[in-house]
Amino acid sequence: MPETVTAVTAATDGSTAAAGPPPRRAIGRLAIARLRDLALVPAIALIAVVGQIINPVFLQPDNLINITQTMSEVALLVLAQTIVLVAGKMDLSLESTFGLAPGVAAWMTVAVGAGHGTGLLSGAWSIPITLVVGALIGVANAALIVRFGLHGFIVTLGMLIVLRGLLTGISGGQTFFNLPESMMYLGTAVWLGVPASIWLCVALFAAGIVLLGYTGFGRSLYAIGGNVDAAKAAGIRTDRVLWIALVGASVLAALGGLLLSGRLASVAASQGNGAIFTVFAAAVIGGVSLNGGKGSMFGAFTGILLLFMIQNVLTLAGVPAQWIGALNGAIILVALVVSRITGGKAQE
Amino acid sequence: MSGNEKPSTRSSSAQNGDGRAPSGPPVAEAIDVTKRYGSTVALDHAQIRVLPGETHALVGRNGAGKSTLVAILTGLQAPDTGQVRFAGAAAPRPSDRDAWRRHVACVYQKSTIIPQLTVAENLLLNRYDRGRLGLISWRSLRRRARDLLAVWSVDVDVDAKAKDLSVEQRQFVEIARALSFGARFIILDEPTAQLDAGAIARLFGHIHDLQAQGVTFLFISHHLQEIYEICDMVTVFRDARHILTAPVADLPRGELVAAMTGEATALDVPRSRTAPTGGAGVVLDVAGLRLNGVFDDISFQVGAGEIIGLAGAGGSGKTEVAETIVGLRTPDAGTITVDGQVPRAGHVGAALASGVGFVPQDRHHQGLVAGMSVADNATMTIPEKLGAAGFLSARRRDAVANTLIDALAIKTPGPDLPVSGLSGGNQQKVVMARALANDPKVLVLITPTAGVDVRSKESLLDKVDQVATAGTAVIVASDELDDLRICDRVLVIFQGRITAEMPGGWRDQDLVAAMEGLTVDA
Repeated sequence: MPETVTAVTAATDGSTAAAGPPPRRAIGRLAIARLRDLALVPAIALIAVVGQIINPVFLQPDNLINITQTMSEVALLVLAQTIVLVAGKMDLSLESTFGLAPGVAAWMTVAVGAGHGTGLLSGAWSIPITLVVGALIGVANAALIVRFGLHGFIVTLGMLIVLRGLLTGISGGQTFFNLPESMMYLGTAVWLGVPASIWLCVALFAAGIVLLGYTGFGRSLYAIGGNVDAAKAAGIRTDRVLWIALVGASVLAALGGLLLSGRLASVAASQGNGAIFTVFAAAVIGGVSLNGGKGSMFGAFTGILLLFMIQNVLTLAGVPAQWIGALNGAIILVALVVSRITGGKAQE
Repeated sequence: MSGNEKPSTRSSSAQNGDGRAPSGPPVAEAIDVTKRYGSTVALDHAQIRVLPGETHALVGRNGAGKSTLVAILTGLQAPDTGQVRFAGAAAPRPSDRDAWRRHVACVYQKSTIIPQLTVAENLLLNRYDRGRLGLISWRSLRRRARDLLAVWSVDVDVDAKAKDLSVEQRQFVEIARALSFGARFIILDEPTAQLDAGAIARLFGHIHDLQAQGVTFLFISHHLQEIYEICDMVTVFRDARHILTAPVADLPRGELVAAMTGEATALDVPRSRTAPTGGAGVVLDVAGLRLNGVFDDISFQVGAGEIIGLAGAGGSGKTEVAETIVGLRTPDAGTITVDGQVPRAGHVGAALASGVGFVPQDRHHQGLVAGMSVADNATMTIPEKLGAAGFLSARRRDAVANTLIDALAIKTPGPDLPVSGLSGGNQQKVVMARALANDPKVLVLITPTAGVDVRSKESLLDKVDQVATAGTAVIVASDELDDLRICDRVLVIFQGRITAEMPGGWRDQDLVAAMEGLTVDA
């Protein structure tokens, strides 16, 4: 993915120089823009070296697959949140959607007797149910935020609590086991020696890069996040774009939850609880602005990758599990400071 | 509707001026337009006709109906009665934005550029070039943007982020974008309000070039001088009505102001005050002030009751000198002494405590909290006078605010109105009220009359005069000649240094030349 971006900018450099007028400035600026996109790559390389020194297991294929697989589910939340953040909104409820969507699917398809399952539908329905629940949550969010003009932060905070409560309600606070085969598939399948969830995650991020960089829809998100009145004046149907962004984000969160449920072969009542903080941290570290209109999908990907690599290094270094939480928070703060320094501008 | 054509009006209005012959029907025309908002009549049977190739000025005091007319001409508002016509044909339906864009575009004071995106993308927003797979081809988009800017000779790098552009470049980009939609009629809403003299000259040059290429402008400005510089025709609105349309060349300045204000008044602020004689005590002493890379070796003294001007073009450092005096910036060297004491450098609070009052450059940015009331804004600098132990008394605040409202003749229904509900001129008066609230010994004003109408300008400058008469030392940092005219002497700052000092009564061209760094005799 970095190759794609680089190739395109390089090609443009050439045309700029050919066309004449201000080539040097253009190249300088493009180089800076590209640097900003790749700001975390040196940090990722550094962590890789440090990890390898601490424990030679770090760069083993198994460990790398382990990192990317545990990352893939939360990474889909980062992907979803990036779309919403670029459009100048935020969706806190993604972490609850992440648990509730597969939770509802399990609730309806797991046979009676095993936990709180109702066995209303056959297992084949589990994936469609997950995605539909995700979409419905997105519709509810979009209706409140876009249609009724409520503030996205508060709406989705309320939604976060409601959805978490719903999951606790239908599960009785317990964990769904004995999930149907189809729910397990994406979380457990291995394609060409690599878990399907990694393939999915990488493919979706690649699609996200194309979506944000090279489609009218993606650019509309930047326009809306940057200056909604100007976007309207340019003929962008801002409300419709926001609807699609919010619903799409919820569906992606549901998909992420499905991957995790499949990998763990269960849906816990607390699935996704607290994940939103990591998601926001990853997006901001990756250069996405909380004020909208700024940031790239590739940057967001490097943000979440960096966080998970650091966590893995800590585990390999034998840091006691009880201390991981505190260290995680500290790492997020340090990463923010580092990206502030390398990015050169105040984070908004 | 060709029966509506009034050839007689057209010939009488158009063939004057600089002799530019009218070609074809008016490029844009509003006929007998009335618009009401609730009980307020914003436009009362108003009309305007703009002929191809001319630069037409629309002037009027705040509230005259200019903004409403612009909204109607650009299709953002539909008139209650009357009609809008472009090139003789009826205007498109209100919902057909694309069709409107092909006829007319407006460059507003408030930018419609998206700061985080590149110039190229801003130009062609939502009109992308598609490559294979329907994806955006950035390469051809950039090329198209570059071509577009080249056609209209706008020298801006298409890969630059819009937020890095100067106000001037941003306006050029917005004009080029408007032209790219096919519009050849551009409304400029106070385009010069945020520009310095050099940028204004370039903007005017550009307007002339575009005019030669067949673009028609409707120019809205508070600066009458500019209208005389670049406009062919002028239309005056007052109290929601059309007052007159005449060739600029045939309309003396006094008559234009009279048409705007409804009575014959000269623009000049009457000088009720005589400059203090040398005996007055020095209130502000600035010695050897330096801010690296911005200004150096700035020294001057201001006596009680004296008004001095800091004149200079944009980027000369005049604004920074003023901001350093009030503590917004920390100088690298030099001292500022206010009435015998030296407030801690770089602290606004210390400067205020030592008796400095301040009107910042940009009222939207630094001057006002738009959502807060007139009273809260006006008394923001003096919480300690409104109650004890950190508590504020609403009663005392309103009393103080009412005094200030009366003193500055701020037109507001009461102290509780949010300042965002006031007109530009009255907002600026609130900023002035805030500066005066703590009875300053030194009053520092940066472009105090930017973007306000003629009457508010007079009243603001009049107030400055009164304050000085009462013994306050006043500094006016501005490149606006009307602001500087009230000064007892003007210090000209060029490239960060004081290059000239002019006593009152200077000639306009001398001061302008000095601000541009030319020798006075040239």
